[in-house]
Amino acid sequence: MIEPTAASVVPTTDPSTYLPAQPMPAGDLTDEMLQTDFWTDELVAAAGIPIVDVPFVTVGSGIGSFVTVDYLRIAGVPTSQMRVLGTLDHPWQTYEYLTRVSQIPRGERLRSDSASRPDNIWGFPSYGFAEAMRTFNLKLLWGLFSEPIFSDYYTPKAGQAFETMEREKNRIDYDQMLVKGLVRIVRRRYGGGYFTILTPPEGASATKRVAFRSQYVHLAVGYPGLKFLPELQRYRTEHNDYRHIVNAYESHEHVYERLMQQPSTVMVRGGGIVASRVLQRLMDDRLLHGAQTNIVHLFRTYYHGTNDGYGNEEDPRPGGGKTRIFMRRRGENGWAYQGFNYPKSVWGGQLKKQVRGLEGEQRAEIYKRMGGTNTPWRKLWQKQMNQGRREGWYQVLVGTVDDMQPNGERIVNHVRTAQGTVPVEVDFVIDCTGLEADIAEHRLLKDLLEHGGASRNPTGRLNVDRNFELIGTRNGNGAMYASGATTLGGYFPGVDTFLGLQVAAQEIYQDLAKRKFCKRIGPVRSTIQWWKWLFGSKP
Amino acid sequence: MLPTLNGRIQTRIFMLVVFGSIITFLITPLLPDGLPGVPGFDGTYYRITFIILATVLVLGILWELLYHLIQQFRWEKDWPTMFGLITAINEGALVWILLELGLVPGLPVGVDEGDLPSFFFWAFFIDFSVIWLFIWIWTNGPMRVPFIRWRFFGGRII
Repeated sequence: MIEPTAASVVPTTDPSTYLPAQPMPAGDLTDEMLQTDFWTDELVAAAGIPIVDVPFVTVGSGIGSFVTVDYLRIAGVPTSQMRVLGTLDHPWQTYEYLTRVSQIPRGERLRSDSASRPDNIWGFPSYGFAEAMRTFNLKLLWGLFSEPIFSDYYTPKAGQAFETMEREKNRIDYDQMLVKGLVRIVRRRYGGGYFTILTPPEGASATKRVAFRSQYVHLAVGYPGLKFLPELQRYRTEHNDYRHIVNAYESHEHVYERLMQQPSTVMVRGGGIVASRVLQRLMDDRLLHGAQTNIVHLFRTYYHGTNDGYGNEEDPRPGGGKTRIFMRRRGENGWAYQGFNYPKSVWGGQLKKQVRGLEGEQRAEIYKRMGGTNTPWRKLWQKQMNQGRREGWYQVLVGTVDDMQPNGERIVNHVRTAQGTVPVEVDFVIDCTGLEADIAEHRLLKDLLEHGGASRNPTGRLNVDRNFELIGTRNGNGAMYASGATTLGGYFPGVDTFLGLQVAAQEIYQDLAKRKFCKRIGPVRSTIQWWKWLFGSKP
Repeated sequence: MLPTLNGRIQTRIFMLVVFGSIITFLITPLLPDGLPGVPGFDGTYYRITFIILATVLVLGILWELLYHLIQQFRWEKDWPTMFGLITAINEGALVWILLELGLVPGLPVGVDEGDLPSFFFWAFFIDFSVIWLFIWIWTNGPMRVPFIRWRFFGGRII
């Protein structure tokens, strides 16, 4: 067993001491290791992989890892007891890239609640209150008071989230825990705990791999990957055209640059927040900077009134009938409107409680009912789109694309609509549908499903318990946890959000406190720690 | 706020018992009593203010049932910040009407049959508003500091 206080970064086994007759192994994974579900210390040592002992490792190094170690630091765990393994220099690196290219640079606002602060486990003061105090903005205070009845939900600027995370990262000495490298595999250790195999950047270590031997592992590896719509992917590959067909989550600034120079037509596909942001960029460029862009917006599902995850009122749903009067949201002009990416109470209220008590099919059903692509209703967007409709430069189509053909520099989309197939010729297509890849596309997760005892939940993602322990992976006195997008479909719905990561972190901290890895954050500790947070002193 | 019914009731009881009592204790000696000068500590006055506090608490639990029903019509199943403040109007008005009609039990002789003087209204108004405002502010922020699980569990304290 691993004694938590005995953490060290010194390799504990030197293979040369008991393998004198053989040449030194290169410190890489062996076939025997890959085929063995439970590794002994000797197996790892025999491969020449140095072993680092540390009680807790978190894999990912993004916001999920950050929020979890933040909780544990506040619960009294010293930096020497935890390691953050991953390729990112700072936790918000991937997030900032994705938000920036999908048109939320630092100065723009995220789609996130005021009290969802990854830098502050208490959510107090909220982003909105802090911003209002800093800028002495009474209008903002009124907005916070009257949202969402008389004003749009307050949402923080991306820059505010990144800057405050940076402050917290420094406060908890995050960098002391960060070990850079790519995590290749996590396997259960014979006798309890886990081995996490890291591939450090070239030259950073003497061997190709380093093994972290720990009692606890936390996985927060984020989205397994993005998928393109199949017809877009086919077109891109067949015609080797990566310029005119772009995904909103890849850098596509060249599209906007071209649009500024030349009157063009752009097709936007999707009906979610990213489509909204891309449309706003296109409309801003047109209205404020003189671009002559025409927009064709292709919806797959067109919402024209109250709806739920099954579609409009009249669309078929299990059990028949319309949307339930107690479970329907507004919709109009193609869009389904919702403040955040889930109904707000999944983060702490009724829906959170409800889903926590549901299993299997019933759980999948409520996910479906509250799901469906949606976007917030924002005053500015409504104004811009109304102008676009009036002046004819924003047009809406409903359907799917059967085929795409090049025509010179342009692309002809054969759109199948309710009225038949129509050809639509455009200069660019921006895919905002945001399809996500299967978790098995991620090498680490695939290995856990095949060799680690992990399983899938009713929606196909990683099956975690209410405390975010990865079901089926427990090993002796060790436990493995997972949070974030890979765990969608579990007992808690809003996992892939700022607040969702904190809800998960709280459950994980609570479980680890029961296992005596950290202290309890009771009212006294919590209040003292909050004051420390406020004054920026170490936890 | 993202309350569940259980959480609503627990939060209501906790807030009124803890902060309601503390504020009532501090504010009662300062409320207008129709006489010159500050009334100071007086058992009869305390009896009145604490009975009013208890009335707000008991009726409040019934109000929470209604609020919970209203919340069901909201897709988000949330309870907007503003609602938490403006419900002071209906709740305060109901308590005042009951006082005015002499329907609140346990009040000392002289104020137990309704038809109350105007200074009494102002004393009630100040008492009720101060407690409500404090609790509303506390619920919308500082409460999250000592109780880290409270906001994620629908306002439940236990």
